[in-house]
Amino acid sequence: MLVTRKAEFSASHCCRAAALSDNENWALFGEESHPSGHGHNFIVEVSVAGEPDPVTGMIIDLKELKEILEREVVEPMDHRFLNHEVEPFGRVIPTTANIALEIWRRLEKQFRPAQCHLARVRLFETPDLYVDVTPPAHA
Amino acid sequence: MISVTRRYHFSASHRLHSPHLSDAENALLYGKCNNPFGHGHDYVLELTITGEMNRDTGLLAPVATLDHFVGDKILRLFAYRNINVDVPEFACLVPTTENVARVIGELVCRHWTESFGDLEVRPWKIQIQETDRNGFELLLPVLSVENPSAQRNESVMVHA
Repeated sequence: MLVTRKAEFSASHCCRAAALSDNENWALFGEESHPSGHGHNFIVEVSVAGEPDPVTGMIIDLKELKEILEREVVEPMDHRFLNHEVEPFGRVIPTTANIALEIWRRLEKQFRPAQCHLARVRLFETPDLYVDVTPPAHA
Repeated sequence: MISVTRRYHFSASHRLHSPHLSDAENALLYGKCNNPFGHGHDYVLELTITGEMNRDTGLLAPVATLDHFVGDKILRLFAYRNINVDVPEFACLVPTTENVARVIGELVCRHWTESFGDLEVRPWKIQIQETDRNGFELLLPVLSVENPSAQRNESVMVHA
């Protein structure tokens, strides 16, 4: 069984590869490549898999899941310029795919394996573009 | 595993009417959707791709390339069109959303390599909302509309 919790963070980013020309960056990233950056209201939906505990009836206490998302994702990323303020985006281009992978890395160790495990990270950059990361979580 | 989903919108009209049924049977089966003058929807189409992310760019495929592909191969055919009249695939095919999903899936698969052959990505799923209460998902590839048994999944999932 899956339980999904949603969180939102607003952040700016800029998608450009330093080794490429302006024209090459435009071809790859379009408007996302403007050097001074721009922002989104990112929405992340985190799904955790497990069986309901026979005593509590819960896979995971939603308060605990909320706290994990706040601590690992929202607090470090909300109202930040990802390229300048959030690791590893000083050296990794903060595309939607890379941000989703980074959220996966930050969250996967947060759950007790006997209880539940991370099953999916879905990151919306806009309502019309989202990335899913599921196991095995490598690119 | 990583996938990218892009959502598109198109408005189109259609009429559900099977030549294999009588007028009375069509009216009974399709109800309002059998109205002889047709009717329309604001469809929402999602295309999901999966594959290898380019580690240098952090992309599976440039979004603009995906948008151009869907715009040229799909939306250009369907947007602001009467599906029964204007889309050749429906000359002899009832434009239920199941069949619209199949035709779009087949078009995506037929043209994929010419646009994305140099990238290690493949189309994985399409989802169509006819209205926000009716959704249809189809796993790709769809090999042939004429030979539905060749598809990876023969049934279209419908959820309310």
